[in-house]
Amino acid sequence: MQIPDETLDRILLHVSKPARYVGHEWNSITKDWSSLTATIALAYPDLYELGMSNLGLALLYDAVNRQPTYAAERVYAPWPDMEAALRAQGLPLYSLETHHALADFDVLGFTLQCELTYTNVLNILDLGGVPVLADQRGSDAPLVIAGGSCTYNPEPMVPFIDAFALGEGEELIVEIMDAVARAREAAASRCELLRALAAIPGVYVPSLYTPIYGSAGELKGLRAQSDAPEKITKRILAQLPPALTQPVVPHLQATHDRAALEIQRGCSRGCRCCQAGIIYRPIRERPVDETLQAIDDLIAHTGYDEVGLVSLSSSDHSGIATIVSETLARHSDDGVGVSLPSLRIDSFSVELARMISSRRKSGFTFAPEAGSQRLRNVINKGVTEEDLLRTAQAAFEHGWNHIKLYFMIGLPTETDTDVAEIARLAHDLARLGRELRGRRIEIAISVSTFVPKPHTPFQWEPLIAYPDLIRRQRLLRDALRGKTFKLSCSDWNATWLEALIARGDRRLGGVIYRAWQLGARFDAWSEGLNVALWEQALQEDSAAPDDADWHPRRDAELHRRRAREEWLPWRHIDVGVSPDFLWAEYERALRGELSPDCRDNCHSCGITLTFAAEREAVAADAWGCP
Amino acid sequence: MYTEAVQRLRFTFGVDGALRYLSVLDMGRLWERLLRRAALPLVFSQGFNPHPRLAFGAPLPVGYASTMDLIDIYLGAPVASDKALARARSNSPAGLSITAVEEVDLRAPALQAVMRSADYEVHFWSDATPDQVQRAIDRVLGCTTLPFTRERAGHVAAFDLRPLILGAVYLGREQEHRLRVSMVCNPQGAGRPEDLVAALALPVTHWAVCRTALHWEGDGEA
Repeated sequence: MQIPDETLDRILLHVSKPARYVGHEWNSITKDWSSLTATIALAYPDLYELGMSNLGLALLYDAVNRQPTYAAERVYAPWPDMEAALRAQGLPLYSLETHHALADFDVLGFTLQCELTYTNVLNILDLGGVPVLADQRGSDAPLVIAGGSCTYNPEPMVPFIDAFALGEGEELIVEIMDAVARAREAAASRCELLRALAAIPGVYVPSLYTPIYGSAGELKGLRAQSDAPEKITKRILAQLPPALTQPVVPHLQATHDRAALEIQRGCSRGCRCCQAGIIYRPIRERPVDETLQAIDDLIAHTGYDEVGLVSLSSSDHSGIATIVSETLARHSDDGVGVSLPSLRIDSFSVELARMISSRRKSGFTFAPEAGSQRLRNVINKGVTEEDLLRTAQAAFEHGWNHIKLYFMIGLPTETDTDVAEIARLAHDLARLGRELRGRRIEIAISVSTFVPKPHTPFQWEPLIAYPDLIRRQRLLRDALRGKTFKLSCSDWNATWLEALIARGDRRLGGVIYRAWQLGARFDAWSEGLNVALWEQALQEDSAAPDDADWHPRRDAELHRRRAREEWLPWRHIDVGVSPDFLWAEYERALRGELSPDCRDNCHSCGITLTFAAEREAVAADAWGCP
Repeated sequence: MYTEAVQRLRFTFGVDGALRYLSVLDMGRLWERLLRRAALPLVFSQGFNPHPRLAFGAPLPVGYASTMDLIDIYLGAPVASDKALARARSNSPAGLSITAVEEVDLRAPALQAVMRSADYEVHFWSDATPDQVQRAIDRVLGCTTLPFTRERAGHVAAFDLRPLILGAVYLGREQEHRLRVSMVCNPQGAGRPEDLVAALALPVTHWAVCRTALHWEGDGEA
């Protein structure tokens, strides 16, 4: 059903920020459904303002809509007031473009970027009129797929998702739409469609796999049905696709309210705590000329006053100085500024930040991640104390009175002494700033709690124990009093929940389902997370008679070190980097040995072996690999 | 980047569809982006985060449509008004219709400072008979004071609604009841037609408002 405007008018006057739910933004694409062979609703399981800041989904929207017979539309998670209004009126959740109920689409595609949005996925399905559980979907229900960084451990979401799309989706999503259109044309059964999808490289159809559990309930393996691949390898593009220059311009102020341009995919730094650094390999740079043209087109097509140059480490792009200075020069008349979301710690980055600030004043942020040199070596953050001080000195000398630092607590091998070094470093920087600026400076210190993520050298590590975390957070609070420091630490409940889901197996799906039934929504929001619902869901799950020999045993699971030979729940997912490399890096971490930037010397992570054919298809220097 | 204005253009525009749900701030951003796409030589404020200089005639409440809204744009280089109109129109999103442009004296006062009143067409859905509606209107217009309490987003405001109502005419019933309303809209405050509907004390299920005219000192209507 298409929801008539008059019907919506009756509820939109009574919800907060109704512009989230109306669509028809500049550059949005509305197609006539009568001429289409397949439709997809792309769903971001959080608010519009956040979803509209996500570049990945914008790329997929563009990729599908370039195909004349396919349409991609958008939907976001409704805030509780809108959910209540929809339920009260008996209205389904609908797409922004044509206001079709989600159940009307051939495909529903979720991006999973954060484990704490999973209950919103279930809620979107339910509100859209789609059975929440995959095994209850009939032949007329949409195919439900998911992609994004969290799908590198897809297992906890298996009960709800028909097929996962692993890796870079620009080509893959079109191949999936092709399969769906063919199945629609041939009136194929759902089962036939799923088998066709499983034959596409990068697609994981979980219903074709059966987990094997040991006598103590431990996961021992995954049995693939005969024709399903044992290992599913992520997809990559051999080179960066043409830049997206006509993105939808949101009605509301988005979280990142600027034009976004991807200048590089992948990162060569090899920080051992960072999942993105592994899963987005290999490194591919956008050439300078192409980048400059794309920036001009983006500004002309959107009217934004700022362009964000997106990558995992913006100052690592070989032509970044040219890109920034040339962009500022070309746009001196129209007030367009540049932002770089991720700068490394060196004086070159200060120079870049200074150039950018000539147009638009912003804070100066850097991420030492750990306070002590020992611990920075463990995580392979190739930054010395001298680098830190020199960078801060340059920032102060160029006029910044306010800097922001990112750290983590709970890193492997960490002791209280390492954490005390965070405070010591902050005091040193404050003193330096006072000397150079002749006034009190402000240092914002954001301390998150480290969650060991799948496909990283630390995937075998436990989550920090609660008493250790609390003691170390308190240690920092005590050491960083006064007006100079603004300390923020992440919430334990959000951390353990994220860790539990991120590293869980298929059985965790039952807990997610129950938590959603109990009312869990927007768990990533401090005002949304109601941890009591999760506690109850976990408790009920562990008491379920059919599962008596296993339950997520929250504490035991969270704080358990995995053995090398253990079957990790994501073992069948291949990100192109070999587990042997990850283990070797883990051992080097424990010995405190650095692995320098891999642009200069290859550490044989396996990415060029996995994607040898892709690499052969492009110029020898197209990738950052030596 | 221009910082001195040499020209001031006044666009008349209407708002409908999805754009009714934008806040005043959202509408400001929409115009900034539209004008940037139109490549007009905007004048920027000075400071750390420069913004183009533009000013609305009267903020349109969220949820209202409009057939007459006004915005003044300041330009750093002269542009022929028909050319500015064409460029702005071709960069307007669905729901925004620019109907006219005129050049205004740079020294003329800000529109918001001289705004006086606004006319609205109000539709509301109710089981009340036309007679009942007419009697309710007569009762409201016959009052000398009309104490009113409005609650919006957790804020409660108590005020006299009567002096904000300049006129109300019942147009009859199609599927819904229709009124033409004129209300105060000046720098001290603006009457809201939905408050007038509430003051009628009829069983109303929902309403829709469209602003049809703005009146200001020196608008040539005397």
